[in-house]
Amino acid sequence: MTSIGTAPPPALELSRIAKAFGAVIALTNGTLRLESGSIHALVGENGAGKSTLVKIIAGLYQRDAGEFLLEGHPVDFTSTAAAKAAGIAVIYQEPTLFPDLSVTENIFMGRQPTGALGMIDRRAMHDEALALFERLGVRIDPDRPTLGLSIADQQIIEIAKAISLDAKVLIMDEPTAALSGVEVDRLFAVARSLRDEGRAILFISHRFDEVFSLCDTVTVMRDGAYIATSAIEDTTVDAIVRQMVGRDVTTLFPKTPATIGDDVLVVEGLNQPGVFHDVSFTVRSGEIVALAGLVGAGRSEIARAVFGIDPYSSGTVRVGGQLLRKRKPTAAMAAGIALVPEDRRQQGLVLEASVARNATMAIRRALSRFGLLTTGMENASARIWASRLEVKTNALDTEVGTLSGGNQQKVVLAKWLATDPRVLIVDEPTRGIDVGTKAEVHRLLSELAGQGLAIIMISSELPEVLGMADRVLVVHEGRITADIPRAEATAESVMFAATHSSGEAA
Amino acid sequence: MARITSLLKARETGILLALVLVVIVTTVRNPNFLFSPDGFRDLLLTPSILMLVAVGQAIVIITRNVDLSVGSVLGLSAYLTGRIFIDLPWLPWPTVFLIGIVFGGLLGLINGALVAFAKVPALVITLGTLYAYRGINVLWTGSDRINPSDMPKEFLALGTSSLAGLPWLTVIALVVLVVAGWFMRTQRAGRELYAIGSDPAAANLYGLKVTQRVLAAFVLCGALAGLAGVLYAARYGTVNSQAGSGWELDAVGAAVIGGVAIFGGSGTVWGAAIGAYLLLTINRALPVLGVQDFWQRAVVGVLILGAIVLDRVLAVRASRRLAEARDND
Repeated sequence: MTSIGTAPPPALELSRIAKAFGAVIALTNGTLRLESGSIHALVGENGAGKSTLVKIIAGLYQRDAGEFLLEGHPVDFTSTAAAKAAGIAVIYQEPTLFPDLSVTENIFMGRQPTGALGMIDRRAMHDEALALFERLGVRIDPDRPTLGLSIADQQIIEIAKAISLDAKVLIMDEPTAALSGVEVDRLFAVARSLRDEGRAILFISHRFDEVFSLCDTVTVMRDGAYIATSAIEDTTVDAIVRQMVGRDVTTLFPKTPATIGDDVLVVEGLNQPGVFHDVSFTVRSGEIVALAGLVGAGRSEIARAVFGIDPYSSGTVRVGGQLLRKRKPTAAMAAGIALVPEDRRQQGLVLEASVARNATMAIRRALSRFGLLTTGMENASARIWASRLEVKTNALDTEVGTLSGGNQQKVVLAKWLATDPRVLIVDEPTRGIDVGTKAEVHRLLSELAGQGLAIIMISSELPEVLGMADRVLVVHEGRITADIPRAEATAESVMFAATHSSGEAA
Repeated sequence: MARITSLLKARETGILLALVLVVIVTTVRNPNFLFSPDGFRDLLLTPSILMLVAVGQAIVIITRNVDLSVGSVLGLSAYLTGRIFIDLPWLPWPTVFLIGIVFGGLLGLINGALVAFAKVPALVITLGTLYAYRGINVLWTGSDRINPSDMPKEFLALGTSSLAGLPWLTVIALVVLVVAGWFMRTQRAGRELYAIGSDPAAANLYGLKVTQRVLAAFVLCGALAGLAGVLYAARYGTVNSQAGSGWELDAVGAAVIGGVAIFGGSGTVWGAAIGAYLLLTINRALPVLGVQDFWQRAVVGVLILGAIVLDRVLAVRASRRLAEARDND
C-alpha cells in the first residue's frame, strides 16, 4: 500500500471482499483495482468467484466483508439502481432485454428523457438512440422490438445502454461468448474508444487471445480469491493458465486421429426459406465435422432441422441410408442421432431434477420395466456414465442446477451417450466452461470419435474448431460456403469463408 | 404517413372494426338496436362499468400478473355504497365515490402485498381473495339487499342520465380510460409496468422498482373495481351479496380480446376497453340476431379463443418476418 499524493484514486477498488451464500462460500478475498482509461481483464475458472464479484459491484449482492471504493470514496450499494446511479454499468453474459419493447425503450428504460407533465420525449429518445448506433457503427432499427434480434445485436444494445448511462465503470461479463469474428472486432473497437475517453472497463473472458489483444492489465482469481494482477506485457498465456488452475495444463485440444469409416449422416438439399438454403453435407463415422460461422448464420437452425425439431421445406436427411421423417425428434433419436443443445440450462437439462434423472432422461422408456421406473434403476444407469465422464458431484441425487457449467455439460452428454447414438451433434460444447473442463470435454469428444461416432460440432471458437475438426464446414447466411479439410483449415481460411458468400453463383 | 400505417396495423384497430361490424350487422337486422333513443344509450352505457374493470385488469395483466378478485371487490364496494347511504345519510352523496375508490384500493393493496411479498403467483393469491372478499360480502349482506329507495335520487340519476347525449357513466369511464392510456404510454412508471411484464428478471437487473410498481398496479386495479362498484349501485339500484360475481372473467376476457398478452408486456388499456365493449355488445346483439340463449356464452368463448389464435398467428408471422429481414440484410 503505497500512496502517491497527487495521483487520482483508481476508478474502482475492491479489497478483501468476502461473500457467502448460507454454507457456500463464494468469495474469500475479492481484490480488484480498476484504473480509469484502462481495460482490465478478469480471468479464472468457472466457480472462481468472478460472477459473484461482478454482482457485488453491480449492487445485486451485498458483500459480507471487505472494502469497496469508488473513485476513492467508500460505497455501499443496496440495489442495482444505486450502482447504476453511481456510474457503474454491467453487461451481463446473457443480454437482459425486454423482448416486447422497442430497441429505444430498452436502452432508456427507467431514465427516459421527459418533458412537460413527466411525459416521455419519444422524439429525443429516438434521436439519441440513432446517434448511439451511429457512434457504434451499427444499423439497428430503433423502433423495432428486441424480440428476434441476434445475440450480437442484443449485445450491442446492452453496450449502447451502458454508453448512454455515461458510465465511469463498464463491466462486461463474457460479452464475446456468443459473438464471433466481425462482431468481436466491432465490440473491441467500441471498448477501445470508451477506454480512450477515460472510462474504466472490466472485461471477463475465457478467451485468452481476446484478453491479450484487448486488455492492459489482467487479474487472475481462483477458488474465490485473488491470485495475481499483472500488466499484459509482463505475462503469458501459460503463466495465466498456471495461475488459474494452480497446475500446468498440457494441451487444450487433444484431438487424436481416428479411423474414418462409412457415411453415417447424409444431408441433401435442405431448405427452409429465411433460415437456411440448399444445405448438403455428409458426416462419416469417426469423423468430427465442425460447423463454423458467425452467430446467427444458421448453424444451430440446421442442426435443429436435422434432428427434427425445426421444419424444413425440402431436402432429405438420411442416417445409415435410412430416410428420416421431418419434424420427428423421436424418429431422429431412434435412428441414432443425439443433440446436445447450445443452451443447456434451458434446453438440455431439467435444472431442478437430480443428476441421475437428467442423465437417464433420454432412455426412460427403455429403462423402465412394465412402465415403472425406480430411482434405483436411474442411479444404476446414471452411475456408469457419470463415472465415465468424471462428473464431479457428491451424489447422483444432487440437483443439476447447482453444478458448475462444465459438469452440467457432462450430464447433458451423459444423457445422450446413454442412448448409444451413431451421430452426435454438439452445439457450442464448451460455451462458458472453464479451461480445465474444456480440455476434458475435448478429450471426450475425441475419444468418442475414436470409437466410431460421427460428430457434428457447432462452435464459434476458432481454436476449438481448428483443433478438433477433421473437416470444417463454414456456414454463411444460411448456406454452406466452404468445406475445408483439417490440413487446410486456418483461422484465415475459415474466417474468410464465414464473412463472404461463396465465389460461385449459389 | 408512418403514423397512419401504424394505426392501421394496430391490434386495437382490428377489435374496433369487429365492434363496428357487430353493430352494423345487428342494426341492419333490427334498426332499433342503434337508432331507437334507448338503443344508442344502451350501446354506450352497458359496457361502461365493465370497461373500468377491464382497464384495471389490463394494467395488472401487463405486469405479468392477474387479478381474479375484481368481481368480488366490485360487489363489496357496491354494497358498501348502499350501506353508507343507509347508515350515514348525512354524508354528501358524492363522497361515496371517494370512499369506493379508497376501499377498492385497499382491497387491491392486500392483493398486491400478498403477491409482491409472499412471492406466490397472482393467479393463486387473487383466486383466494376472490372467495375471501365474496365470503365477507355474504357474511355482511346475508339475505339482505340494497334497494333503490335506500339511495338518493341524484345518485341514482347518475346511472341513467346523460351529458350532451353521452351517458354519465360512459363519460366517467372514458375519462378514466384516457388518463390510464396517457399514463401507460407517456409516463416512465407506465412504461416500467410493460418492462416488468416483458421480463421480470431483466427488470430486476435494470434496477426498476418491481415490487413497488406491481403493488401500485394492484392498488390501481382495486381502486377502479371499487369505482366500478359505486357506479354499479348507481346504475342498477339493487345490490345483493352476489353483485359482480363472474365479472373477473369478463374483465380478463375483455383484456385478452383487446390484445393484452396474458403473459404481460404488451397490449394497451385502449384495447381492453374496446374488448369490453365488444364482449357486452355481442352479448346484446346475439338475441337480436335470433341466436339462442345458450349459444351466447359459447360465442364469447370463441371470441376469446379467436383472439388468442390471432395473437399467436401475428406473433409467428412477425418473428418470421424479422428473421427474413435479417436474412436479406
